[in-house]
Amino acid sequence: MKILTCPLNGPRNISEFVWGGEVKIHPPLDCTDEEWAAYAALENNTAGVVREWWYHVPTAYWIIAERDTVKDVILRTYPARELFKDRVDYDAPAAPAAGDTPRETP
Amino acid sequence: MTMSRLPAPAGTLLDRAKPITFRFDGQAYTGYEGDTIASALAANGVTMLSRSFKYHRPRGLLSAAGHDANSLVQIGAEPSVQADRRRVVAGLDVQPQNVFGSLTRDYARAIDGLGRFLPVGFYYKTFFRPKGTWKHWEKLIRALAGLGKVDLEAHHGYYDKQYLFADVAVVGGGAAGLSAALEAADAGAEVVLIEENPTLGGALGYARFDAAGQEAARVREGLVGRVTGHANITVLTDATCNGWFADHYLPVIRGNRLYKLRARSVVVATGSYEQPMVFRNNDLPGVMYASAAQRLMRHYAVRPGNRAVVATANGDGYGAALDLIEAGVEVACVADLRPERSDGALADAVADHGVPIVRGAAVTEAIAAKGHVGVEAARVARITGQGQTAAVDDRFACDLIVTAVGYNPTANLIHHAGGRLAYNDEASMFEVVWLPETIHAAGSVTGTFALEAVLGEGRRAGWSAARDAGRTVGAAPAVPNDRGMRGINHPWPIFPHPKGRDFIDFDEDLQVHDILDAIQEGYDDVELMKRFSTCGMGPSQGRHSSLNSVRLTARANGRTVNETGTTTSRPPYTQETFGVLAGRSFEPDRLTPMHHHHVAAGAKMMVAGQWYRPQYYGSESSRDDNVRREVMAVRERVGLIDVSTLGGLEVCGPDAAELLNRIYTFTYTKQPVGRARYVLMTDQNGVIVDDGVACRFHDHHFYVTATTSGAAAVYQHMLFWNAQWRLKVNITNVTASWAAVNLAGPKARDVLARVCKDVDLSTEAFPYMEVRQGTIAGVPARIIRIGFVGELGYEIHVPASQGEALWDALMDAGKADGIVPFGIEAQRLLRLEKGHVIIGQDTDGVTNVFEADMAWAIARKKPYFVGKRTLDIHERNGLTRKLVGFSLKNPADPAPEESHLVIHDGAIVGRTTSVGRSHVLGKVIGLAYVAPDQATPGTAFHIRIGGGRMIEAVVEKPPFYDAGNKRQEL
Repeated sequence: MKILTCPLNGPRNISEFVWGGEVKIHPPLDCTDEEWAAYAALENNTAGVVREWWYHVPTAYWIIAERDTVKDVILRTYPARELFKDRVDYDAPAAPAAGDTPRETP
Repeated sequence: MTMSRLPAPAGTLLDRAKPITFRFDGQAYTGYEGDTIASALAANGVTMLSRSFKYHRPRGLLSAAGHDANSLVQIGAEPSVQADRRRVVAGLDVQPQNVFGSLTRDYARAIDGLGRFLPVGFYYKTFFRPKGTWKHWEKLIRALAGLGKVDLEAHHGYYDKQYLFADVAVVGGGAAGLSAALEAADAGAEVVLIEENPTLGGALGYARFDAAGQEAARVREGLVGRVTGHANITVLTDATCNGWFADHYLPVIRGNRLYKLRARSVVVATGSYEQPMVFRNNDLPGVMYASAAQRLMRHYAVRPGNRAVVATANGDGYGAALDLIEAGVEVACVADLRPERSDGALADAVADHGVPIVRGAAVTEAIAAKGHVGVEAARVARITGQGQTAAVDDRFACDLIVTAVGYNPTANLIHHAGGRLAYNDEASMFEVVWLPETIHAAGSVTGTFALEAVLGEGRRAGWSAARDAGRTVGAAPAVPNDRGMRGINHPWPIFPHPKGRDFIDFDEDLQVHDILDAIQEGYDDVELMKRFSTCGMGPSQGRHSSLNSVRLTARANGRTVNETGTTTSRPPYTQETFGVLAGRSFEPDRLTPMHHHHVAAGAKMMVAGQWYRPQYYGSESSRDDNVRREVMAVRERVGLIDVSTLGGLEVCGPDAAELLNRIYTFTYTKQPVGRARYVLMTDQNGVIVDDGVACRFHDHHFYVTATTSGAAAVYQHMLFWNAQWRLKVNITNVTASWAAVNLAGPKARDVLARVCKDVDLSTEAFPYMEVRQGTIAGVPARIIRIGFVGELGYEIHVPASQGEALWDALMDAGKADGIVPFGIEAQRLLRLEKGHVIIGQDTDGVTNVFEADMAWAIARKKPYFVGKRTLDIHERNGLTRKLVGFSLKNPADPAPEESHLVIHDGAIVGRTTSVGRSHVLGKVIGLAYVAPDQATPGTAFHIRIGGGRMIEAVVEKPPFYDAGNKRQEL
């Protein structure tokens, strides 16, 4: 069983975590249906480095993990706030994307 | 023919002061403490242990190490016990497996004569025509070709699990493993050493390394003494590491305990499996590996025969011959498969005893003794080519044939970890060519056989593993250059016989021609050959068949062994029982605070997720009457149900309302304090995932309920989104902190008023869908006016510790009004009469809000909620199905069951989700998905019920009962 190092709890068996899918950029509210469908329904399933949500069930804590799916190696884990730094509002005129998202999903 | 035991120092595992009597195949035998079943039987002259899988041929000891299936026996309810590993205890009653009648008089043994009718792959071809034949053959074949018998009534024994942690895990306690453990431990690493045998030492404990026979014991004593005294080393003997999993997670089985060992680095020092020589009747009891004969003599003081023929291609065969001679066995002949003389000292010592040594010769046939249960002679002939021998042979009378033709690495864990092996053509041996980081290997598993090199390699591996574990290490220990890999394995110890019975795989009764026939039929890839012939698929998992079958496949295809490749071993390494995997049951049972009251009141309890809940109160025989009585009490008077299993979440902070506004479909920002509001949760795809009620106690504080099974997921969902939104809100799952009841029925207010004095319960002061905090019988309570069952009702939440007190107070206060407790069955019917959906019963994994006819729960003016955009698209695209209420057109028709299909023009368009016979309405009602064009009230549609019968139903707009919802708002 793999070990996943939680930024809050340290190294733990990966069975304590639940996978939460790829970290995806929320499209603006006026996006097309196709853009929305791509966001809501499609996963990139990248062969390589992916950025994913993981949830530590016993402590109810969401984290982000960067993982190489080819080498099956967890490269880095960090709290969600490193990526999502600021409050998100959806009724702002420009309908910004979720969070401060400095990088595209790899 | 009782055999006496050899004198000490033979019998290193025995305690001769403790004789033990046990039974085998109905007869009593005596062995010593420390004996295995097989060694004790061998000491009593019993060499036949089982009959083979397919031909029911007699089989005996082959490896004496648990590496073959010949030794599988049944003990009581426990099938397929390895008789050469399980130790005898007093009173043990051992039965042979795969035997009809008794072991020596097996009624099925005649199958051996019918072999030509059972060609390779016979079960794929023979029993399928004419059509329907297989079901008759299957029973017979399954009965004939079984392993042990499973006792379906067997009691689950005690099994448990334990976590272990180590810097360095060393698997294998032979010379390599011992020196690796010492080196790592000396560097300060915490070491766990795992050895599958009862004692440490591996081959040092039974094999012969020098003519004088002194070296092994000397080296072993030194290593074992230091290891057992080392503070940093934990030794687990009789323990099997059954696999390698990611990040060095090692399952180690020891008796009834499964250790889950996590290490920073691993040393694989698992040694190698001795390999069989292939000749006619090489499966007879009395034909065994040199290492097996040595184990019998050294460990158990058993003389394996009286007169032996030794076939060898390496020094170990000569070592075994010397051991046999010293044990008083007459060695009739040593047939050395190699034409050239080698192994000077050991071979010379054998020659000095006057034993004839024939070079460039092989055993070509074992001649069966009368009754076919042993060996009477061996035929030895000159080798004339690869796998070919001269027609002229010598016949040596003997009752024991010992073979030493080479080894195959016990590389299971290396395979599991992704390491790679390749065939070394010069050494005719598989060797490790690549290992993943932080895994190290030492000893014969790597092809290293020279003792000094094995010890050096062990030290190097231990040093590397300690370094990987973060320990400070000095200079790397040197490893001698000569690893002794050459001159161990014979390149072709396979001598097919025209009459067959030259076994490649003993488990599956596969002979040389079976493998060749499989290849001839086109299954020429090693993976296909394996699957078609089942070679290597028996309990031994290729331990003794893999190497020779790959050699045969390679030659038949005109390719090298490396071009042919080998199959990959996967966990588990050896047999493991379900009991070990299951361990103790830690499945939690959740009981509500009022659980014991329900049981005392005669409730029939049912499982709801992890919870136990009352299904109804009263006897099972009058189930329907009980449910009806409970329903009528709620409709006419008052009832009380335990709803403590509901999820509860506290949502606090300045953005509490904003969070709910985004998570749920309704609007909450303007929800007044003191109000309760329905919550409906959808996911990104607009699929309904949960519902409940949000109670606002403060601008910054909501108490939100969730369904029994959904609470954890709702909590996770809220946290997931707020990890991105960063709203100022604190979310806590308080499900287990609260007990809750629903007090419902026209008399509910009267009952509550008797025990709640600090809340004005009048309709005007506390109307429907409002919430209050007050005191009930001295217990602080949250009181919500909601109407799941469609009557005047109060959902009352109190601290879990006060649940019983609340229950007692309400039951007491309701006595005058005839209050009854009611269960889930009644509640389901009551809510069905109101047309309320149960998430997960009336919805499925793809049901969107429109399909469930719950568009009323969507706040359309909100800019956003999770799933809104998808729902917008769904609304534009239109429906493919819709949930409707229905009743039966013909009241005399039988009631459909849940999930019966709705049929429209011959096609399936939906299904029923809830069905019940309403006593109040006097008819069957239900909810069902129908085609959108069938959804208008009054439309008839067809349901296919049990037996294929079609009945007609009519769409009816819920609620079926009290359409104006007057009663719940009283």
